[in-house]
Amino acid sequence: MDERTAVRRLHDRLGFGPRPGDLDIGFDATLDRLLAPAAPDGPAPPQLTPLDKNATQQRADDEKKLVLWWLDRMVATTTPVVERLTWFWHGHFATSEQKVRSPFLMLAQNQTFRQFALGPFAPLAKAMITDPAMLVWLDGNANRKGTPNENLAREFMELFALGIGHYSENDVREAARALTGWTVKRDGGTQAQFAANRHDSGEKQILGQKGTFDAASFADLVLARPESPKFVASRLWARLVSSTPPGDDVLGRLVAAQDVRSSLRAIATEPAFRDPATTLVKQPVEWLVGLMRALGVRPSTLDQQAQAKLLSGLRGMGQVPFQPPSVGGWAAGGAWLTTASGVSRLQLAQLVTSHAQLAGSDPGAVLGVDRWSDRSRAAWQSVASNPAQAAAIAACAPEYVVST
Amino acid sequence: MNRMTRRRFLAFSGVTAAGALAFGATRVNWDDLMSAAVHDPLDPKAGVLVVVTLYGGNDGLNTVVPASDHAYQDARPDLAYKPEEVLDLGDGLGLNPGMKGLKGLWDGQGLAIVRGVGYPTPDHSHFRSMAIWQTASPKSSVPTGWLGRWLDATGANPLHALSVEPVLPPMLAGAQTAAASFPLGGLALPKGQLGEAFAMLGKPVTGEEPWQARAAKSIADLHEAVKVFGAHSGKTDKTSKTGALAGQLDLVASLIEAGVPTRAYSVSLGGFDTHADERGTQQRLLTELDGALTKFVERMKKTDRGKQAVVLVYSEFGRRVKANASDGTDHGTAGPVFVLGDKVKHGFFGAQPSLSDLDNGDLKQTTDFRDVYATVLADVLGTDPGKVLPDHSGRVDGLFTA
Repeated sequence: MDERTAVRRLHDRLGFGPRPGDLDIGFDATLDRLLAPAAPDGPAPPQLTPLDKNATQQRADDEKKLVLWWLDRMVATTTPVVERLTWFWHGHFATSEQKVRSPFLMLAQNQTFRQFALGPFAPLAKAMITDPAMLVWLDGNANRKGTPNENLAREFMELFALGIGHYSENDVREAARALTGWTVKRDGGTQAQFAANRHDSGEKQILGQKGTFDAASFADLVLARPESPKFVASRLWARLVSSTPPGDDVLGRLVAAQDVRSSLRAIATEPAFRDPATTLVKQPVEWLVGLMRALGVRPSTLDQQAQAKLLSGLRGMGQVPFQPPSVGGWAAGGAWLTTASGVSRLQLAQLVTSHAQLAGSDPGAVLGVDRWSDRSRAAWQSVASNPAQAAAIAACAPEYVVST
Repeated sequence: MNRMTRRRFLAFSGVTAAGALAFGATRVNWDDLMSAAVHDPLDPKAGVLVVVTLYGGNDGLNTVVPASDHAYQDARPDLAYKPEEVLDLGDGLGLNPGMKGLKGLWDGQGLAIVRGVGYPTPDHSHFRSMAIWQTASPKSSVPTGWLGRWLDATGANPLHALSVEPVLPPMLAGAQTAAASFPLGGLALPKGQLGEAFAMLGKPVTGEEPWQARAAKSIADLHEAVKVFGAHSGKTDKTSKTGALAGQLDLVASLIEAGVPTRAYSVSLGGFDTHADERGTQQRLLTELDGALTKFVERMKKTDRGKQAVVLVYSEFGRRVKANASDGTDHGTAGPVFVLGDKVKHGFFGAQPSLSDLDNGDLKQTTDFRDVYATVLADVLGTDPGKVLPDHSGRVDGLFTA
């Protein structure tokens, strides 16, 4: 893989794709630049407040504001790796506004993802086990001393921190007891409350250990298992490198990293990262944000009608931020390449390119694609007299839809 | 809990149809196949299967309710339906009070209920369990769905199976073929030069990277889908929050009546993961399911093509027999499967699982889910089940009228 392609891949995988000029900088310098410790940058979030349960219109407005703000921030940021990892954690600890019904709590969770995005995994995982949006999402409020609710305990081990096969059904039942007592008040700010009288303080046996586990010590127990860092590294690998799992030797090197920032450096320096075969289908949000960054079109500068089209286009492709389909997170690979999503993709591409300044520019250069098939080149060249259309066709070409 | 589709399980890894798609194997005579589909519509005698997936794990015991069983009342005192509340089916069982339409179908001899359907060694993970149901491979993970393998085995034509959701359910991914998908809002493509340029992107390129080849193929499939289905688009209100399933089934009904070449459809309803405050939520969802199914079945009775349609309704697991402290239920095992349609033989199939002989608090399955699949493959889709379910010989005897 040549240097320029590898640099583009770095931007694709650790950020949201290159901006014009980004590919003129070398691989090592780009990696240093992307991973340099810098304060997260981008437009400030909307001011949201807790809402009354029946304030449906206000909630719908806040939901829209929240999604548009995050998209705008992904497009505008000069620290794309922070937003990319915030996006990753949003998919990893997948929580949906469709059940939480509180843009205020969804924003608070999003800020927590951002705060811990590149740090060690443990503080993030521990924040999530008592995160208010998470507690609403996985029925933490209902998990009380007596007969506990297993939802959060199961997903914490299966999907967040350990992986399936590394715990038993009995561990799930016992872990649920450890998590009892945490509650969320809808007007109670951004912290969950611990109600001691709802907590089961008795002895539990989890993962072969006996103790009076609570949320924090249960999380510590899980995170100390050797399978835990391997699981998290594999999830990062699956989203940033390839759906083919890393080999044991690779995994060994990745888990040696002390925090996510070092993991990303380790991932980027693995030979597999430069292997032409480790391609990924861009998720719809990654594809759209990449296109908007490349073309310099910010969601916040669009008029209301265009903003509404932006959101309905993403819905048509099956991916609206803050609304993952399940606690398992977003789909991957070919699931995004459906006949139906092709229609929405073309509409979104047209929307974005019609707001860009494109006179005289070559779509390949703007999008950072330097190798087109004859097919795709012929396709966008057939509408070259209309630069916005040519760029829209190029953006829908397989060479741009897939991160190669 | 609102009517959110909390888990749709389209996301679990491993089930994608990369494989042979990349090498253009299905492109052989593609245009011939398609023009044949347009000019030579589906044989009016060909069976059509509509699979309804209930995502989240529907509580089977509160769907087909053993209301007169003391063990049921004792296990979930606040969650149980009283015998006088349920819609009597006989055999000590009654339908959830929200399912009045299905009760009508039952009374009219038009509903089959297969009881205690599950798979060996139950897994309480939504993802693993849904993967098992969708791939029909309980022992090991395989990268293909059961209807995807059916597509592969029967000519690899993506239009023969259809999803009405933007993201493809793993059930419909084969090794060579991925089913087409069709959004409720219809498939509107731009005309003129832009439309032609977009269509050009669907052309296969020899030796192209597999995902890129797949991306190109999805564009080609889209254009073929527009040719075949295009006239039937935009009939439903895609913005409607209630009755989403009814909208999906409306679209399916229109396509069946129009004689498109599709023989298997996938639709879904989510939100069944009722860990807390279950009764109201589940009854609301079952009422929506009931209304949508009843309307669909009544409509299908009116045409010859409609009479070939068979609906199969399942969920990835039932729930724990005992209620939890939040007036909900945690993940369980076996549950009932509904089979509806003109060709269906009415009645109960399979034994009702015992409430006293439990496996660690869970029901023991009495019918293997592959028995149901094998029976619809043979009797609805007219395919040798061995081509799709290689190591399984069970059937549900007498599920369809000869």
